[in-house]
Amino acid sequence: MTNSINEIENAEVILVTGSNTTEAHPQVARRMFDAVDRGAKLIVIDPRRTPLAAMAHLHLPLHPGTDIPLLNGMMRIILDENLIDDLFIEMRTENYHALRDLLFRLDLDEVVRITGVPLDTISQAARLYARTQKAVICYCLGITQHICGTENVQTLANLAMMTGHVEKEDTGVDPLRGQNNVQGACDMGSLPNVFPSYQPVSNEDYREKFEKAWQTSLSGTPGLTLLDMTHGGADGAIRGLFIMGENPMLSDPVLSKVKETLTGLDFLVVVDLFMTDTAKLAHVVLPAASFAEKTGTFTNSERRVQMVRRAIPPIPGCKTDLEIIMNLSRRMGYPMEYDSPAEVMEEIALLTPIYGGMHHDRLENSWGLQWPCWDRQHPGTPFLHKYFFTRGRGHFVPASHQSPSEPMDATYPFQLMTGRIYHQYHTGTMSRKGTLLNRENGEALLQIHPDDAGRDNIRHGEMIILASRRGEIRVKAEVSDQVAPGTLYTTFHFSEAPINLLTTGARDPKANCPEYKICAARVEKIRQGP
Amino acid sequence: MPDILTTCVYCGCGCGLYLHEENGRITGSTPSREHPISRGNLCVKGWHLHEFIHSAERLTQPLIRKNGVLTPSSWDEALDLTATELLRIKENTGDQGLGVMASAKCTNEENYLLQKFTRAVLKTNNIDHCARL
Repeated sequence: MTNSINEIENAEVILVTGSNTTEAHPQVARRMFDAVDRGAKLIVIDPRRTPLAAMAHLHLPLHPGTDIPLLNGMMRIILDENLIDDLFIEMRTENYHALRDLLFRLDLDEVVRITGVPLDTISQAARLYARTQKAVICYCLGITQHICGTENVQTLANLAMMTGHVEKEDTGVDPLRGQNNVQGACDMGSLPNVFPSYQPVSNEDYREKFEKAWQTSLSGTPGLTLLDMTHGGADGAIRGLFIMGENPMLSDPVLSKVKETLTGLDFLVVVDLFMTDTAKLAHVVLPAASFAEKTGTFTNSERRVQMVRRAIPPIPGCKTDLEIIMNLSRRMGYPMEYDSPAEVMEEIALLTPIYGGMHHDRLENSWGLQWPCWDRQHPGTPFLHKYFFTRGRGHFVPASHQSPSEPMDATYPFQLMTGRIYHQYHTGTMSRKGTLLNRENGEALLQIHPDDAGRDNIRHGEMIILASRRGEIRVKAEVSDQVAPGTLYTTFHFSEAPINLLTTGARDPKANCPEYKICAARVEKIRQGP
Repeated sequence: MPDILTTCVYCGCGCGLYLHEENGRITGSTPSREHPISRGNLCVKGWHLHEFIHSAERLTQPLIRKNGVLTPSSWDEALDLTATELLRIKENTGDQGLGVMASAKCTNEENYLLQKFTRAVLKTNNIDHCARL
């Protein structure tokens, strides 16, 4: 996020797109409600009538996968009505003419036809967003989990830069990060192409820095991404896989391919709290300690690094991941010895510029610090891009509509979207152990519009078959007008209804994000045998 | 009954909350009143955060697959086998045969050490996590 979470409540206009905020980021949604109470206007772009969309001033129910034409349409109106921020464009950005050329060629009737949103509504949204002083955009996986995810994000950036809605407090572009430490895992270089702090492995200077610090030679070839590793097939290049606290056998697309890959490995190690679907396939399973049994830090969505404190010793028989990694490295001839997580953080601070001032003793005595935090005296950074962008000038990258990877046809007439629900978390390995969480939301439900359900005589709560070109599962129907006719929605939390057997393996070629938000599907009543 | 201030693991908001400990068991959680995110408030997952910690389904000993079945073993045996197998595959396949999945649920310190292990010991950049999912 370029802003802090609390800045959202001071915004005058909040544009939410591809985020089911009340369910997936309840605290962020609270800030939105507070802002609305103070008079802010809320615009929600979402194919579903989510709880947030239902209370928005303006809901733009676009067809799935048509974010780019919709946003381009808004920008065209902003341009036509001269609501752009000339000074910001001139002083802080480059390549604006390319965007302007694209917008001048844009046919607004075509936009309406592709997106299914009336021109009047698009215009209202454009004017609301552009005319205000303080506007934030909040987006989530509904933007990124498309084959054009990167272009979706760039288009949002175009909209924000064109109107000068960045660089200021209470104004910016805020991707809401899903998991508790997904921001930190990225910051720490758990990525195939970068060292900690996004320093590219292919850059000789950075590599030399880490070679000196770690006293060993390092590879400059970027590695494989997650899906390349789990979709390699039985004879893939990866022969051995070490998995720490992940469950690709439920979370990754095209599970049949993932299973083929994992069972074809020479060696699979899984470190986890529970016997997950992935652990069941392993050669070695190592029991890990939970967050309550260890000390360390998490980095939240607003870049705030905060302490996780040990409340109890590890459950007998379990070890922390830190101990496990140190034990293995000792056995493999490269001892990494640290007395405490605080000592690891000292090394992180040394090698990770944006974490340069992060030390456990500082974090202990505060509510955490937001990176970039360059040194021990630095107070942290609540919002980004003040005075200049990281790369210098903000670069406009115009984009045009791309059709989703999988067309619908007579056999698979529905568009299936997947996402999350309030009471469950990711593959449910932790949240499904909670009694109340399971009582309130204990099984997968497939949202289907009453018109579609009525045609096939599907009743609320009835078990039905949901199929795509890759397989079929059984799931309970939830007849709901949250979804538009022709679209379906369900979650990926439940191993009894593994939705990722059905999702497509198509992905954004730049970010390698799977297109979880659209695949072609059909529903079918379960026929009782004679 | 000490209360331990920590950070919630259920989403990217990062609420500050207290875990209640009684006789070595975590029995509940309450929000921090002054924390900038939680401000005295948690979502339903935060209030029920403690429930999985002492679940009877927690794994409590290492398992090794023997004759197709995952069988309990000692830590030394499991770690020795893991180290030997990883070294063997590295020997046979060079830097491209091994892969590592880190975790968006683990701490920064653990992620840092795991990517260091991947790059410095396994000699590969094949490391990723579920940021894309």
